[in-house]
Amino acid sequence: MDLGWWGVPVAVLGGTIRVSTPFLFVSLGECLTEKSGRINLGLEGILVMGAMSGYGVSYLTGSPWLGVLVAGIAGLALGLLHGMICSLPRVNDIAVGIGLMLLGTGLAFFLGKPFVQPKAPTLPAIHLGDWASSPQVQSALQVNVLFIIGVILALALTWAFRNTRWGLVVRMVGDSSDAARAMGYNVNRVRVLATAVGGFLAGIGGSFLSLYYPGSWNEGLSSGQGLMAVALVIFARWQPLYCFYAALLFGGAGALGPALQSVGITSGYYLFNAAPYVLTLAIMIATCSPSRNLAGAPGELSVTR
Amino acid sequence: MTLPAGRAVAPAFPSDRMRRAAESFVIPVGALVVAMILFGIFMALIGKNPLEVYALIYKGGFSSGFAWQNTLQRAAPVILTALCVALPAQAGLIIIGGEGALVLGGLAAAVVGHAAAGASPLVAQIGMALIAMIVGGTWIAFAGALRHYRGVNETISSLLLTYIAIALFNHFVEGPLRDPGSLNKPSTQSIGEAMMVGHLPGMDVHWGLAYGVVFCVACYVLVRYTVLGFALRIVGGNVRAARLAGLRVGWLVLVSCFLGGSAAGLAGMVEVAAVHGNANASLIAGYGYAGILVSFIARHNPLAVIPVAILVGGIGASNGLLQRRLDLPDATVLVLQGIAFMVILAAETLYGRFRVFQPREQQK
Repeated sequence: MDLGWWGVPVAVLGGTIRVSTPFLFVSLGECLTEKSGRINLGLEGILVMGAMSGYGVSYLTGSPWLGVLVAGIAGLALGLLHGMICSLPRVNDIAVGIGLMLLGTGLAFFLGKPFVQPKAPTLPAIHLGDWASSPQVQSALQVNVLFIIGVILALALTWAFRNTRWGLVVRMVGDSSDAARAMGYNVNRVRVLATAVGGFLAGIGGSFLSLYYPGSWNEGLSSGQGLMAVALVIFARWQPLYCFYAALLFGGAGALGPALQSVGITSGYYLFNAAPYVLTLAIMIATCSPSRNLAGAPGELSVTR
Repeated sequence: MTLPAGRAVAPAFPSDRMRRAAESFVIPVGALVVAMILFGIFMALIGKNPLEVYALIYKGGFSSGFAWQNTLQRAAPVILTALCVALPAQAGLIIIGGEGALVLGGLAAAVVGHAAAGASPLVAQIGMALIAMIVGGTWIAFAGALRHYRGVNETISSLLLTYIAIALFNHFVEGPLRDPGSLNKPSTQSIGEAMMVGHLPGMDVHWGLAYGVVFCVACYVLVRYTVLGFALRIVGGNVRAARLAGLRVGWLVLVSCFLGGSAAGLAGMVEVAAVHGNANASLIAGYGYAGILVSFIARHNPLAVIPVAILVGGIGASNGLLQRRLDLPDATVLVLQGIAFMVILAAETLYGRFRVFQPREQQK
């Protein structure tokens, strides 16, 4: 059965779920880091590093899930590095993030050179669309387990920030380091841990890129998802659940170009690909204000001041 | 956010000024040495001899006249893109969008250069430089305006603008402005051999290097010895103090961003008019990102940008030699840059820690 023009929304739907998963993980990681009062602009580097290490391990061991785990650990290590350097007095976290972006992509390209050609085993999909007769609908409803884990994680983080001791400590450190210090908490230690766990999530987001969609490792794999996640978290007002909705929106914007190309609209291909960046910028222009802090922003965050 | 400018007030005695100058020389150089040791360990871990690597970097970047010309050729655009970071930094902004200003400036220059066919080369070159500077400057000034009038973080917006700029560039080069004759590598129409910017007398290095050096010296004079530069540094040091003093903060932010962006736009014009002869994807070569690194190592000092850019250019020039001789991937230079950047930033914490660099009267 040929869907004709209906193929566009179906393809956008399927694309949205696929494209949004890395956004979801990276933005949840960034959300956690920013809740603790630091900003990590280096998630882009962590994402690429995660994509490379996940693919490499999957190729060498034959187990894609081990690859996902190693990608997370690589992200954890880089997050730890960022967190510890930023704990030194008078070190600017935004600048260190730019440095980490450079270091992460450099290391990934360097170490990932041997993995550009070979084909590694990738993650399996869950077929939710087998009831449909149309192959387009079937392929659109192939969902990866990581997407479902990401949704659960968004709900769990929302709950944890509200209801657990750890969530409260992270939020307090992010809103007022003085208050946290007065309560006897080590501000830097909380922030280092939050950045490291955020890096872990971003690394997993990267492994999705190389192990599921697009499903290969090359140097042009990431198109700035790690950076857009920073804007996405601002858009989501530092709420994990809103991060999920925002990730879907960005995934949809990113899926538009390829979907239109599949029905033969190729002129303006590059302009459609720029849609997520324009969307991010438009959102930031609409939501930021020079006179006050953003509603919901952690008080210690440098990026909103 | 606060930048480690710290030199808004000159110490009272000449010897104290020397101590401060020595501090901002010794710490970055020391950090570079540490970065080289770390990179050496990394090289040793993957089974390469670090000394051999460094010998090859010296050989490929600085050992002969040919190597020097290659180095300077690469340093020329980086000097200009570094100013795109260094100038807004005087007003306290971290702008990392130089790559976007470079590609759009280069595209505009290529269009003007082609349209000016038949004009005298000098007029055409001045026109290309001006349009590239205006386009690049406006692009970065937009990020500055968003910062000032809407409170949008300039680091993120300038980077998003870079992605948008590259998309626009690709759209125009592969679509409306494509030269039908360029089959394998989409390019705009050539500006023509007669319009190309020539080489410096006696060297195989194009005039872009001179543009960069002149731009740097002019910026240094502007920042250090003019009222405008002083006002910029006050804005960078403390925005509220600047407002209380009645400075036009928004105007100053826009001026610094426009000047920085125009430097990056000029880098694009140099790449088009002195190297490629048209605008094509080779323009997106990461010069904008190298400029960020250079400006931070130079601590946003426009004069220090020149030697640092030459160093970075030399490392880039040796890349081919490293790939051929030691079979290293082309990302080797990226790793070295990344390690250097992280160590340099971590070394920020050392300023003011060493007694020998502090003004004498403070200790009494």
